[in-house]
Amino acid sequence: MAQGTKRVMLAGVGGQGILLASRILCAGLIKAGYDVKSSEVHGMAQRGGSVVTQLSYGERVYSPLVGAGAVDLLITLEKLEALRYVHFLKRNGALLMNAREIPSLPVLTGAVDYPQDIEERLSKYPISLHTIDADGAADKLGNLRVMNVVLLGAMVKLAGLEGLVDWPSIVAEAVKPAYRQVNLKAFAAGASLV
Amino acid sequence: MQKIILSGNEAVAQGAFEAGAGLGIGYPGTPSTEIIEVLEKKAGPQCAWSINEKVALEQAYGACVTGLRSLVTMKHVGVNVAADPLFTFAYMGVNGGLVIVTADDPGMHSSQNEQDNRWYALHAKAPMLEPSNSRECRDFTALAFDLSERYDVPFFLRMVTRVCHSRSLVEIDPEKAYQRQIRAYERNVPKFVTLPAHARARRIILEENLTKLSKDAEAAAKANVMEITDRDAGIITSGAGYNYVKEAFGDRYSVLKLGLIYPLNQGIIQDFARRVKKIYVVEELDPYLEFNVRAMGIECEGKKHISPFFELNPQAVAVSLEKAGLEPLEELDPAAKEPAAGVPARPPILCAGCPHRAFFYLARKEKVTVVGDIGCYTLGAAPPLDGIDVSACMGGGYSIALGMSINPPQGKKIFGVVGDSTFYHSGITGAIDSIFNKRAFVPVVLDNRITAMTGRQQNPGAGRTLSGEDTFMQEPERIFMAVGYDRVLEINAFDLKGIRDAIREAKEAKDRVALVIKSPCRLIKGVEKGPLMDVDKGACSKCKSCLRLGCPAISLGDEGYPVIEPLTCAGCGVCGQLCKKEAIQVNDEEVSG
Repeated sequence: MAQGTKRVMLAGVGGQGILLASRILCAGLIKAGYDVKSSEVHGMAQRGGSVVTQLSYGERVYSPLVGAGAVDLLITLEKLEALRYVHFLKRNGALLMNAREIPSLPVLTGAVDYPQDIEERLSKYPISLHTIDADGAADKLGNLRVMNVVLLGAMVKLAGLEGLVDWPSIVAEAVKPAYRQVNLKAFAAGASLV
Repeated sequence: MQKIILSGNEAVAQGAFEAGAGLGIGYPGTPSTEIIEVLEKKAGPQCAWSINEKVALEQAYGACVTGLRSLVTMKHVGVNVAADPLFTFAYMGVNGGLVIVTADDPGMHSSQNEQDNRWYALHAKAPMLEPSNSRECRDFTALAFDLSERYDVPFFLRMVTRVCHSRSLVEIDPEKAYQRQIRAYERNVPKFVTLPAHARARRIILEENLTKLSKDAEAAAKANVMEITDRDAGIITSGAGYNYVKEAFGDRYSVLKLGLIYPLNQGIIQDFARRVKKIYVVEELDPYLEFNVRAMGIECEGKKHISPFFELNPQAVAVSLEKAGLEPLEELDPAAKEPAAGVPARPPILCAGCPHRAFFYLARKEKVTVVGDIGCYTLGAAPPLDGIDVSACMGGGYSIALGMSINPPQGKKIFGVVGDSTFYHSGITGAIDSIFNKRAFVPVVLDNRITAMTGRQQNPGAGRTLSGEDTFMQEPERIFMAVGYDRVLEINAFDLKGIRDAIREAKEAKDRVALVIKSPCRLIKGVEKGPLMDVDKGACSKCKSCLRLGCPAISLGDEGYPVIEPLTCAGCGVCGQLCKKEAIQVNDEEVSG
């Protein structure tokens, strides 16, 4: 694969704000001068289903899509989705996981139980696992919806990108004026969690 | 000039705007939908949602006859609907340029099949360009308009999900003003009236134009790219496949990227074959390029190594061609060889408060045979609702049901279920046929006043056009009565008893009865939530009936009691009506929620 290209994948549940997080990240990386390609899934996959976006950045990027086993950094907004997509990571890749549990349909109807051993199972993979309570941090800020930006703040720190660009201005540009302050606080809160 | 990040769909809209298109029209369908929505927001072209892909293509053609450049968009299966006029328009040629976007969905993220629409170009004799990234989406849209006019033929732009919904950098001139391109209209009966004698003459002209286009060196240079970096091995590819090849192998092997994939430029392919010893073909889905390259007498290997179904990606291409002896840039070193086992699925699901839920719940309970259709309501098939027996295509919700009613399982009436947008798209024809042929059939419209699945686009029942202008609001009831139904039962989509009674009445009726289940989609702006519901544990018998609704707000909590998540509940009240113990009531504390 093209040398020096970093591959990031975000996974969560439809409605968790994954597209916005991915687009803010793209905007920052572009501002920093990287070639960026990202891939989003729309349509039926968004009706409460499992949602994935992928993003690659580097000097020259060709593919917006990344296959299993090649992702450097996986960010999951929900725990079950971490287990579902952990095999997309390469050996020694990093997993940033929000500690939130959202039952999927078979769990809701009682057909299966939500797995209680996700952290334990993930700890057996040759990856570095970082679990944070992004929902808790967003709740403290009085707006659960900014959970995605909390995770983004943590991700930027974890990937060593915090000095790359003026992230607060990138975040501010991406959200509605009325929600600027809370999103900026969410970004900072996320960075302090890793 | 300014570098901005655009999705492939946004870039097509940008290209059409810059090319001075006078009309943008289509029928919503993932992954094509955003093209028309984005184009509509740019001051300049007139834009509209049509009722189906055939009507959209015919309008686009009409506008092109008058001299406007016209863009028409649809998903891959939409081209099947538009195929009838398509084949003849190729004979007739154009006046203003005509560009048809086909957005294919390899891997079926949001579709019922993954047909490879490159064959349509060959079959209909309509030339096709295939972009690989957003920059090419913009450039190829403009190129397609130019070539359409130069060679007097409609042009396809073939996209796939990973081009439509991928975002990459495009250099644009933000100051560039819209300049509508118009050609003069001249009456030309031999060209535009396809009497057999005229069509035979046009058939020869079409073939001549295609031959000229296949030899157009300037067009080839704009669309195709040859990168000779190795004499031993080379890869022929196009579109998304090129991205995967370059990511996997960089400059290690020679690459011929074909942008004009019909008609193929034989010269450039033969040139590549002369320069490179061994040729591989990397393409998603069918061996379209491989067949064509072989037909030129050039040896190549493609599907021998590359999967013929689902999406490709760089790693899949690397692994496949590594087995054939090529060396990828990176050795794959995955954290795990296999996906984790035993992870509960997370299928898409009807939203909390969705007006489709109660009907499917009751259809199953009343043991009705239901033929479904394409839209959010296809999710009525998923357990626990399990409310659909057969579902295939737009309009099939009625027509397939008519066929089943000829030999009905258990001798009962068949119910056909479509949404409002699907009703106008191609449901009406089946409804008329059912009267004509006296079928024992009950047509149902789940009328939520919007085309919901693709992101809430206007349709003839919305009362508004794409640009937000007020327009006549169609009512399915009036249409049913006009085509010969005796009665239409209109029921509120959240009235459980009302729907159950209507299903029973329609099942037994001797006259011709249609059902319209009505309530606007909860995602339409301004549609408000109802009062939140809560479970009274004292009254609850733990029967789990409410879980049979498959509502994302209701889950099984501690000690076997259901729990209603207040942040998710939309207050539709269906669970409350369903509970025989009256244990689900309005949550008084959170009424304001």
